[in-house]
Amino acid sequence: MHRAEPMSAALPNLPLHPLVQDACVHRDLYTDAALFAQEQQRFFGRAWLFAGHGSQMPGVGDFITVSLSGQPVLLLRDAQGDIQAFFNRCAHKGSQLYTQAQGNVGKMLRCPYHAWSYRLDGQPLARPLKDGYVGTGLDASPNGQGLTRLAGVQVYREFVFVRLSPEGLGFDAYFGDALRAIDNMVERSPVGRLEVAGGVLRNTMACNWKMYLENINDSVHPVSAHESASSVARQMWQQQPSGAPMPMAMEQILPFANGYDYFDQMGARIHPQGHSLLGVNFSIHSAYAVPADYQAALEARWGAERTQEVLQRSPQNAVLYPSIALKGSPLSMRVIRPLAVNRTLVEAWSFRAVGAPEVLLERAMTYNRLVFSPMSVVAHDDVHLFESIQQGLLAQGQPWVSLHRNHVAGESAQSPADTNSANEWLMRNQYRAWAQAMSQALPSELA
Amino acid sequence: MSQAQIQGVQDFVQAEARLLNQARYQDWLALFAPEGRYWVPLGGDAQSESDTHNALADEDRLLLTLRVERLLAGRAHSQQPASRSAHVLQLPQVDVCNDHHAEVYTPFTYVESRGEQQIWLAGQWCHRLCREQGAWRIALKRVNLLNAGAAHPAIQLFP
Repeated sequence: MHRAEPMSAALPNLPLHPLVQDACVHRDLYTDAALFAQEQQRFFGRAWLFAGHGSQMPGVGDFITVSLSGQPVLLLRDAQGDIQAFFNRCAHKGSQLYTQAQGNVGKMLRCPYHAWSYRLDGQPLARPLKDGYVGTGLDASPNGQGLTRLAGVQVYREFVFVRLSPEGLGFDAYFGDALRAIDNMVERSPVGRLEVAGGVLRNTMACNWKMYLENINDSVHPVSAHESASSVARQMWQQQPSGAPMPMAMEQILPFANGYDYFDQMGARIHPQGHSLLGVNFSIHSAYAVPADYQAALEARWGAERTQEVLQRSPQNAVLYPSIALKGSPLSMRVIRPLAVNRTLVEAWSFRAVGAPEVLLERAMTYNRLVFSPMSVVAHDDVHLFESIQQGLLAQGQPWVSLHRNHVAGESAQSPADTNSANEWLMRNQYRAWAQAMSQALPSELA
Repeated sequence: MSQAQIQGVQDFVQAEARLLNQARYQDWLALFAPEGRYWVPLGGDAQSESDTHNALADEDRLLLTLRVERLLAGRAHSQQPASRSAHVLQLPQVDVCNDHHAEVYTPFTYVESRGEQQIWLAGQWCHRLCREQGAWRIALKRVNLLNAGAAHPAIQLFP
């Protein structure tokens, strides 16, 4: 790992981490493999990461498998109806217990290799040739204790979050008011329930995960980055006969052609721990029509005032740093998973708001397909640019990445705070949270 | 189904692949009927037409035109350098064919290259063709990818 050169100008605050300055970050954050390995432990280990959604595991024994920070994880609904989170590793020799994305374990978990079995709460149940273990010390050893639980698991309105490290903030302290973004999604259902639906669009890109998370909060890039798609869309639409009904796809693509002022005025909220809300005032999603009977159903459940609040809030993106970005309308979620220092998995999920018109799910699926599919012409320019940055940052000589736009000394002490949406405070805020975790070694490192 | 009809449909599908391989995207677009659809279901061949399930691409003439115009306008960042593609088809199997309608099943492999990068996909084309002004036109082109649900890098052209 390279050491950072000190900045020449005097800095008002002592930086938490030598690679994260007040208004810029060092390229090693994106390109250094050793730093990535440390980041998996110190930063992702302490973070509350999105792992899955309760609707994927509705029944007792239902499970999903997922890889988090390079580690195999098994989420399972137990006999009490609670979600359990284990490492997906047999206590014996390490075989993954399940290798399909989802399924049902039946009455117990059973390793396919030597048939060690476990109760749904992870406790050991049986092993073949049990007499062979008498007096061997297995029962007292770590291998005799059943499946290893993740350090933290918390279900918030069916969104399942986990923490891999025993160390780190509690769930409420970690997210705080940023969780209102989940409330906004859930309360778009007249019965307060979301279901994952319509399949997950999955992308790999040859860039560090930070390019993607920065870009979710980057309201300045659409004008130049997406010009090739939005200008053609605008021209094509202008050639249509006037009064022609606008297809959903056009309704979703055309706002990308808006100008800098539009994207700066949508407003942003900075939350502690790197979380954020972009599009506090309005967003490219504000103009979607709301069916009248749907609004009435929401009012019956949540009251007129709350319904108004939920429907008027169509933020561009709410980031629950560092694993998900949410949209209330359309009901879409992106899940960001680092795979390597220069490789990232990005998934686009759609939700059905139970009891709401199916057009909401259709809107989510259409938006995800148009903007977040591996075949999306909007995503193509984004991904090209992320991958280009990954290469560009290999350049030596000037190692700093600028996040200066609208920077004011002392801003870091002010969150939560509202600001203009073009303010790169949204990104600086992410790196302050990152630096906080990265500057503190884990007890396991000190041992 | 006469042998001449079968031959005509097979020729159509193979000529279509040639247009894509030669990057003649406007000519390719002209093969679609006005209500034509290009569909790459996320569930591959297991997805039924009535499923509420997403797609990697699901495009009518308007969206296909947007895609083609963007490629031809020369301002797409992601096309510097440009992508090229090669479709290698098995002999198209004509399942249904009459004077107005044809259904064709064509296994393929697909290579898309751009600069130093190359991706490889495989699957089946399922065409539904209709007859318009004495020529075949595409009512539906369904592309079943073997690994549709996998995590993909950018697929910029037309598998």
